[in-house]
Formats: sequence, C-alpha cells, structure tokens
Amino acid sequence: MLTLSTQLDTYLFLGAMLFGFGVFGLVKRPSLIGMLISAELILCGASVNFMAFNHFLAPDKTVGQIMTLFIMAIAAAEAAIAMSIIIAVYRNYRSVETQDLSDLQG
Amino acid sequence: MNIPISADMASIVKEGVFFGFLIVTVVGALLATCAKRMVRAVFGLVVCFIGVAGIYYFLGSPFISLMQLMIYVGAVAITIAFAIMLAEPDEDKIEAKTPPLAGPFAVVLGVAVTWALAAASLGAKWMNPAPVEKEGTITQVGEALLTNYSMVFELVSIVLLIAILGSLVVARSGRDKSC
Repeated sequence: MLTLSTQLDTYLFLGAMLFGFGVFGLVKRPSLIGMLISAELILCGASVNFMAFNHFLAPDKTVGQIMTLFIMAIAAAEAAIAMSIIIAVYRNYRSVETQDLSDLQG
Repeated sequence: MNIPISADMASIVKEGVFFGFLIVTVVGALLATCAKRMVRAVFGLVVCFIGVAGIYYFLGSPFISLMQLMIYVGAVAITIAFAIMLAEPDEDKIEAKTPPLAGPFAVVLGVAVTWALAAASLGAKWMNPAPVEKEGTITQVGEALLTNYSMVFELVSIVLLIAILGSLVVARSGRDKSC
C-alpha cells in the first residue's frame, strides 16, 4: 500500500518544491509585494525541511521545532520591515514595481 | 451503534488526508506565485500555509502546526494584505511592463532549483535514525526554549522589537499632512 506520510522523501521533496516555487515567484513577479510573498514561500520550504529531519532522524525532537519557531519569528520580522519599506517606496515613487525604482541607474 | 474500523481502512483515510494537505499546499503555492491579482496571491499564500500546517501535524507536532496557523496565516498574511491595501499596486500596468523573457526564465530557474534540491536530498544516504532521547512534547519544547536556547530566545525577542520600531520609523518618514 502507498504510504506517503511515513517517508522522509515525501517531505524533503515538498520542501524542495516550496523553495522552487519561491525562487520562481521571486524571478517572475515584477512588484515588491509579489517578491515578498515568494520570500515567505522560501522560508516555509526551509521550515518543512527542518521539521522533516526533526521527526525522522533527530534523537532530540525539540531541536527542529524550536528552529522552526525561530524561522517563524524571523519571517514575521521580515514581513513587517518589508511592508514598511514598500509603503515608504510607494510614498516616494507612487509605484511598487522594481522597474520604476531606477534612480541610481544613471 | 459501534462500527468497527479496521486498521487498514484507518490508514487509507490517513493517507488520503495527508495527500489532501499535499495538494492544498502545492495548489496554494501555485496560486501565490501565478495569480494576476495580488489579493488572490495572498489568498494562495494563506491556502499554502494551511496545507503546511497540516503537514506539520503529520510530522508529530500539533504545537508548531498551531503556531503556523497563528503566525503565518494570522499575522504575516494580514501584514501582506495591509501592504497591498496601502500601496495599491496597479496590476494591469505591471502586466504590461513585465519583461517578455521573465516568465520562461522563471519557470526554467524554478524547475532547475527544485530538481537540484530534490535530487540532492532524495539521492543522499541519510544516517540511520538515532535512538530517541526526547519525544518533543510541548513541555520539553518549553523547557528547551528557556534553558538551552534562552540566549537565542532573548535575541529573537530583541530582533522582533527592533523590527517593529524600525518598520514604524521607515514607514513614518516623509509623511506629511496632505496625503
């Protein structure tokens, strides 16, 4: 019988896929908000990997959970700062597209 | 009335629920990266996070699953939704201005990164699972947070404090009465 949920490989592939989706969105999205969303996906993929190794391989099963909690805290801080930067950029340029933020291009 | 449920059937149901969470996660990620409207992308992000919370439940930690729902779905997604409301991105204009090769290049890069990571992690020979010392219950997580990881715990709280203050300062500068 198919037992996906008890295999480490399933979770590792899911983590890799979330990371790949994040990279994909980071390149594809032309706006800062889309890039922020993709960055959250990348962090989520990393968390899934930590939790998978924690469940299947680690002798001390608190380590991965605590690492995931720290990743969540960092993601929350990152989202707050990115939001304030987006608002500041919008106030100065009236746009949140990466194409328009080209003052230093010469 | 008591219907006997065989172990086989229970495991089929379990696998089905797990597969459902996998599908929800992937569909959410797809929506988050491909939706044209930013609000729909945020909705896709929420769906993806809910799926990942279910995955965490299958990985044996309901606590992290709950935290995922509270922090990511409750806080991060709402923050991004506020960013959309405050900055009002002009989606139609963005669509027109996207470089023509960005889409295909992004697809190639995303597939390449996924393939490389998956090949590296699935092809690797992991060590045999060590004998379990701690089960990872909520009590043990709490004890570890306040003993072994207390320094990191304090540092993360300072990082969060500075992030809040910094985002206030950055978002406030240049604000005038007229707008």
